[in-house]
Amino acid sequence: MTNLDGGIVLNQDKKSFSIIGSTKTKSSVERVMMMIFVACGLTAVLAVVAITAYMLISGVPAVGKVGLFHFLFDTSWHPTAKNPQFGILSMILTSIVGTFGAILVGVPIGLLTAIFLAEIAPKKLGNAVRPAVELLAGIPSVIYGLVGMIVIVPFIGRMEIQLFGTDPAHTFTGGANLFSGILVLAIMILPTVINVSETSLRAVPNEYKEASLALGATPVTTIFKIMIPAARSGIATSIVLGIGRAIGEAMAIIMVSGNAVNLPNLWNSVRFLTTGIVSEMSYASGLHRQVLFSIGLILFIFIFIINIVLNAILKKGGEKND
Amino acid sequence: MTNIKNAVSITQGKRRPFEAILKMLIIVCSALTVLIFLSIASYVFIKGIPSISWQFLSTKPSVLRGTIGILPSIINTLYIIVITILIVTPIGIGAAIYLNEYSKKGMLTKAIEFTTETLSGIPSIIYGLFGAIFFGETLRLGYSILTGALTLSIMVLPIIVRTTQEALKTVPYSYREGALGIGAAKWYMIRTIILPSSIPGIVTAVILSIGRIVAESAALIFTAGIATSLPKGLFSHIFKSGSTLSVELYQYAANRGDNNTAFGIAVVLIIVVLIINLLTKLISKKLGGGNA
Repeated sequence: MTNLDGGIVLNQDKKSFSIIGSTKTKSSVERVMMMIFVACGLTAVLAVVAITAYMLISGVPAVGKVGLFHFLFDTSWHPTAKNPQFGILSMILTSIVGTFGAILVGVPIGLLTAIFLAEIAPKKLGNAVRPAVELLAGIPSVIYGLVGMIVIVPFIGRMEIQLFGTDPAHTFTGGANLFSGILVLAIMILPTVINVSETSLRAVPNEYKEASLALGATPVTTIFKIMIPAARSGIATSIVLGIGRAIGEAMAIIMVSGNAVNLPNLWNSVRFLTTGIVSEMSYASGLHRQVLFSIGLILFIFIFIINIVLNAILKKGGEKND
Repeated sequence: MTNIKNAVSITQGKRRPFEAILKMLIIVCSALTVLIFLSIASYVFIKGIPSISWQFLSTKPSVLRGTIGILPSIINTLYIIVITILIVTPIGIGAAIYLNEYSKKGMLTKAIEFTTETLSGIPSIIYGLFGAIFFGETLRLGYSILTGALTLSIMVLPIIVRTTQEALKTVPYSYREGALGIGAAKWYMIRTIILPSSIPGIVTAVILSIGRIVAESAALIFTAGIATSLPKGLFSHIFKSGSTLSVELYQYAANRGDNNTAFGIAVVLIIVVLIINLLTKLISKKLGGGNA
């Protein structure tokens, strides 16, 4: 180490200061450190490769045994029956509908809040609202599930009784249904949507706004006709990130959505791809357990598609700015 | 020419009901967001405070005496935090240094950036499955705190890399030029100039990771398991199964139907979240103040 430092520390009288004095040790240490940094960087690459490989290895065989068509397009899920059925269509559709519903409810609220923070709120008020958003992002998903279970589920349950009354054809869920799941998911994606949209709204050049206002447009018109179109790639990113968060959420919605395998309907007790894994993983064995990994693989494919879309948006946004 | 009349009307205070409604909506939605947070937090406190007592925080659950305590979960959570941070921080900082100081624009850099991005998008349940089968079965670690910590290390890696990278970017370029200009080698420059200047950013990265670890449940339930025993030895406990606070909350709420205890744990978790938020604020404020 003294050798290494020797070239720099001037007040060491052992040898005269020389830049090339310790080149040899220096360059070997340098090379080793660079290798270490490259290795650290490669950890992420390795992790993604390993996760992909393991999901494929542990997910594909079961699909082969069950049959791809039956697995993807059958709605009968009876994993522990004598003649087990492994059709996950209901779960796939529930995940898609649930995510779409969460986006439908959460994005408008989130986007408008982002507009408020970026454009309308006075600085002090903004500084009071922003911590609430940050803390929403930090709350563990199990707490969303717990509060959803105690507050939202009974509320939706009362609504269900009001709506369906004595309808004999309706299976009452007591509020533990897709509707409650969507509401909880919508709340959970709020921070993502708000943060990313606000950042992109703030990144819109001030000249755009000034020009619009100078032409006589009102502030509200400026926001909706100028700012939002200009920030659209960032807003699209926030929506895609929200989709990713919603489709991957497990612990919060398992507590509020009833967990019976049904086709997605607002008032049905439903099971998502994620909750399908969580609810049976603890006791599944053999082919059943392998099929749960196949469900994980399907979820992984969804996430992969979302990632590709995200990258396409970011790339397009980047080109536009160049 | 013909538009002069219209132009005049714009400057006059014309009533625009549609715009007023939009503005209203913006304010209502923002208020709703704040209200959602406030009601969740206050609801958790109101429901949870009564279950909190010294015994609740300082004992293990006992079937014989019929008492409930969350000390094992608190200890397990600390174990997982410490081990995960010990594993992931050096790797994450190394990766950030590579990306910011060494990398040239090429395939390798692109691959690292893309995969880091990908890791942050993978849902925790997938990490749980992967951790259970890779660390738990292939590496034969079973349900253990180590399995959980290794799994979470991959999960929080993107947080460390990205936050550290941001911190490295804020170190002025002139520092590097100055150091290199007087003959410092690259690693020497990084060790003595770049890293010390970005310590607040690295601390922020660690705190954010702790927040994610404390909140995590889906990735831990199939890796670290759900045991609630107190450690018998400092190191042997690493290889034992143990549930963290979040996992324990889920167990009480979903499987044991004991919502009061669940809310008690929720209070502890929310306080941790508040502290973490406050700490990151303090650091960034200090950092901002230092630069100004």
